[in-house]
Amino acid sequence: MPILTYRDALNQALREEMERDPNVFLMGEEVGVYQGAYKVSRGLLESFGEKRVVDTPITELGFAGVGVGAAMVGLRPVIEFMTWNFALLALDQIINSAAKMLYMSGGQVPIPIVFRGPGGAARQLGAQHSQAFESWYAHIPGLKVVTPATPADAKGLLKSAIRDNNPVIFLEGEMLYNMKGEVPEGEHLVPLGLADVKREGSDVTIICHSKTVIPCEKAATALAEQHGVSAEVIDLRSIRPLDTETILASVRKTNRCVIVEEGWPFCGVGAQVVDEIQRVAFDDLDAPVIRVTGADVPMPYNKALERATKPNVDSIIEAVKTVSYMD
Amino acid sequence: MATKVLMEALSPTMEEGRVIKWLKHEGDTVKSGETLAEVETDKAVMELVARGDGVLRAVLVAEGTTVEVGKLVGVIAAANEDISMVTGGAPKTAALPAAAPAASAASAASAASAASAASRAHQALSTPAPAPAPAGRVRASPLARRLATEQGLDLGGVAGSGPGGRIVKRDLEGAAAAIPPSLVSRPSSPGGSRDVPLTQIRKTIAKRLSQSLGPVPHFFLTAEIDMERAWDAREALNKLDTGHRVSFNDLIVKFTALALLKHPECNAWWMDDRIRYFSDVHIGMAVAVEDGLITPVIRNAHTKGLREIAAESKDFAERARSRKLKPEEYTGSTFSISNLGMLDIDQFTAIINPPEAGILAVGSIVQQPVVHEGQIVARRRMRVTMSCDHRVIDGATGARFLQTLRQMLENPLTMVW
Repeated sequence: MPILTYRDALNQALREEMERDPNVFLMGEEVGVYQGAYKVSRGLLESFGEKRVVDTPITELGFAGVGVGAAMVGLRPVIEFMTWNFALLALDQIINSAAKMLYMSGGQVPIPIVFRGPGGAARQLGAQHSQAFESWYAHIPGLKVVTPATPADAKGLLKSAIRDNNPVIFLEGEMLYNMKGEVPEGEHLVPLGLADVKREGSDVTIICHSKTVIPCEKAATALAEQHGVSAEVIDLRSIRPLDTETILASVRKTNRCVIVEEGWPFCGVGAQVVDEIQRVAFDDLDAPVIRVTGADVPMPYNKALERATKPNVDSIIEAVKTVSYMD
Repeated sequence: MATKVLMEALSPTMEEGRVIKWLKHEGDTVKSGETLAEVETDKAVMELVARGDGVLRAVLVAEGTTVEVGKLVGVIAAANEDISMVTGGAPKTAALPAAAPAASAASAASAASAASAASRAHQALSTPAPAPAPAGRVRASPLARRLATEQGLDLGGVAGSGPGGRIVKRDLEGAAAAIPPSLVSRPSSPGGSRDVPLTQIRKTIAKRLSQSLGPVPHFFLTAEIDMERAWDAREALNKLDTGHRVSFNDLIVKFTALALLKHPECNAWWMDDRIRYFSDVHIGMAVAVEDGLITPVIRNAHTKGLREIAAESKDFAERARSRKLKPEEYTGSTFSISNLGMLDIDQFTAIINPPEAGILAVGSIVQQPVVHEGQIVARRRMRVTMSCDHRVIDGATGARFLQTLRQMLENPLTMVW
């Protein structure tokens, strides 16, 4: 199987879907001539021309709205935000137009649109450019929220997102763009709403998504080697719809759970997952579910402080030990 | 390592106990097995013993206080050990302040607070201080509770190894074997028995009758027994002046045991999914005590002589009234007798003591005009009423047992026949 970077896997998905369906087009800041701020759209302008790879002014609310309008008349736009931090300016179009149109039109006007771009913190980009927004969008009925953690999932989920008839919030990881991995060629579709058991285990369930999958897998390896703990790692992949079936099956097996996310703790993704677990699998829990999250502060610019705010291998191991009553 | 002193289930039915007297006090050195306190159970005064060595560091329940089984009443630990984690939920300890609320985002926004961000990141990970437990509540994980229910375990007797003494899954592994039988909800069975799985007809009878008349569907059979010969026999025995006076109750215990030997279908326990028939007869004898009643058990009554039964029942009655009976002396009966004859009750119905299938209510012996050999004469008569659990005993079955009992009492020589 070919080895691709996460960015090239996304590029492949865009190319394949644009070839497959002439209604699919890409729009955003620097997606054309500059080939994308993170080079996800490399070569697409050359292949598909200006009509389908559209450079926009620095007007997030404007081009998000153009995208929603295009979707209303039957096209399938892919709107790239240079980062999700800038998409804050487009929230009215995303939440008030894209998410609600199908409902408010009595089911007559679907909005098959993908909003995509890098989310979460990178390195030392400061408080305003280092934030994970998945819980914001997952809060809104009418939106789907997807967070691929591997090149293969990036391709498979983006292809599914483009074909979905609902607005999909597609959160990529800036730190993941260079990550390499096997990516199936051609028609590789990962359904939205399906979690992936990245590693099987019997003693504790670690639930994560996006970038945090990497420290979780490392923590699971260390737990097995150093503590004899068999951890199951579940990558949610989709935040909404949430794959509760996979989550609950795992918790019923292990009786304990740690939820890891990059975002802030209050009303975070993990809070929703905890709700599902305690409500449905209460009698299977041997310990309270613990969350490992980003610290409840704006991201510090200082390198050491920035590192300390993020979930890491050590904090995940500590949480697993706590739910396993190992202290 | 601290050892908790818990209110233990000192009788099979005990749900709470009253600490009468602490025999050890805070600061005393104690050894495992030593008596710490006297505890009044629902049946008797029992000893609460130490389950570990060390110093009795904390006495958490005052004398005279009643607490539920499973509740922490004291702590044994090394002299200098920190026992605050163990006593965390105990009443002597002042309630812990509520956990500090998480720093608000606003206050965290200042640059100065960024430095503390790192420590807050770990706040979520560290084990929170144990919240005060509601008095008497057993702290257990939901899974542990479910497993305990499935295995029929009483969590009150299990030591928890989780934070704040929480009972978790690993504490239950092997607990079924480790817990003393008195803590297992199902009564332990006296020897010499065979279990018979329920037939469909018995299941149907059990289901229908329980719907009709509560969990133990009683019915009652009354017989009037001529006691002239039994009266004479007792008179003759007591004239021997052996030092053991035989009571009518002793006679009834003995004959009931012999009759049950002939009718083992009435000498049985209802065990929900089966019926346990006993080959030995252990008669529970209801004894009135100051504020209730207790049923000491004459074991193997069918093999014992009247003199032996008389001595044993006299001893039991005395010790029952002074609350000195041991649990093994008032559990494990296979059939019970309640006698209100001495209180001039002609006839009454007694309530079955589960899981037993029957109980005999004995009235007083009174002279009555009856037709005897064609003549109206005054005869000493006694009415007995048997309460039967219809799930185990059917009408004709109980009647045949009473028929045998009547024949025996009316012809006491059958005792040696």
